[in-house]
Amino acid sequence: MNPATLYGLMTAGLIGIGLFGLIVHGTALRKLLSFNLVAAGVLLLFGVAAQRGAGAGFPGDPVPQAMVITGIVVAFAASALAVALLLRLLDVEREDDAP
Amino acid sequence: MMGVFDIALALLVLGVALMVVNAAETRAAVIAFIALGLLLALVWVRLGSVDVALTEAAIGGGATGILLLRACGRLRPSVSDTPQPGLGVRAAASALPTLLTIAIASVVLSPPTPAPSLAEAAAEALPDLGLGNPVTAVLLGYRALDTLLEKVVLLLALVGVWSLTSDGLWGGAPAELADGAAKPPLLLLARLLPPFGVVAGIYLVWAGADHPGGTFQGGAMLAGMWLLAMMAGLAAPPDTGNPRLRFALFVGPAAFLLVGFAGFLIADGFLAYPPGLAKPLIVAVEAALTLSIAVIIALMVAGPAMKAPR
Repeated sequence: MNPATLYGLMTAGLIGIGLFGLIVHGTALRKLLSFNLVAAGVLLLFGVAAQRGAGAGFPGDPVPQAMVITGIVVAFAASALAVALLLRLLDVEREDDAP
Repeated sequence: MMGVFDIALALLVLGVALMVVNAAETRAAVIAFIALGLLLALVWVRLGSVDVALTEAAIGGGATGILLLRACGRLRPSVSDTPQPGLGVRAAASALPTLLTIAIASVVLSPPTPAPSLAEAAAEALPDLGLGNPVTAVLLGYRALDTLLEKVVLLLALVGVWSLTSDGLWGGAPAELADGAAKPPLLLLARLLPPFGVVAGIYLVWAGADHPGGTFQGGAMLAGMWLLAMMAGLAAPPDTGNPRLRFALFVGPAAFLLVGFAGFLIADGFLAYPPGLAKPLIVAVEAALTLSIAVIIALMVAGPAMKAPR
């Protein structure tokens, strides 16, 4: 079993754990954490494919790697927007609760 | 060649992921998530993708970690909180994830052979671009349109974050990142580290042409240094309506678009580079992009405006 397959199996476990967290937790922030786990796992699958596609003297196929870099940055932007929405929602709740 | 290190790393990643999901306190879960980010960076290195490892460590683990930690600090128990689920609920909830894990594992264990690869195609045109790093060539050469659109997505996300401010505060500064007087170790770190961090960030961008590195990694490091200074109280978050700030946000995508449209005049089409001029154009676009990325990442962590504009 080469390292790519081992890390592929690890990724399968990571996505499963992330989905479990997404289902089980009720708080928005915990759900966001679990969603980030799933996203990291899916991007790792790209990495496993990149490792298998190594050739032309490169340690990995560069096209999936570039896509993963784009994916990581966009996932961060989505998380930032989600956190801002969550904090604003809490502020609105607090304003409603205050007499 | 698989060794003890790979098995140990895989088990460690799964263990820390379980900690993230099962931690009782949200703060413990976020700290475990930051640790997971660093471990995943090691996994990326073992998969031969050093550029991605740098990005994961800087943005996936670092920037997202700061974001979630600050959010966690501002959270109080809210009406929408549900209590921690019991054992029965957890057992029932693990049915679907188990199925998903088995499905993905079976896909991983029976991959297509021969492995599909674009490495040869990427290597062919590398000398024309004058770059040595194939990932940078893909990001800023072959798939430059993706990178341009991603920049626009980042700007849109920032506008989305800014739009959550109250009416009348638009254009003001975000809340102070430092809460109270900073402790001496944090002050020392914030005074000592940024000069080195800025040099390292700029070097990452410059070296990204031929070695692992690039605009995102360097930009994230620069953003981290600015955030560190803001968190120690050494710098105040700027007004979001500040014209120079808006220019810094705008210069990256604008330079990229300019070079893209210039491709109609001096090369084959949109975002095409003329042979011989490719590397200088790419380096110029990278410089503008790094500034924009650094400012966007730092401002996304800082959040929407909380004070009236000055």
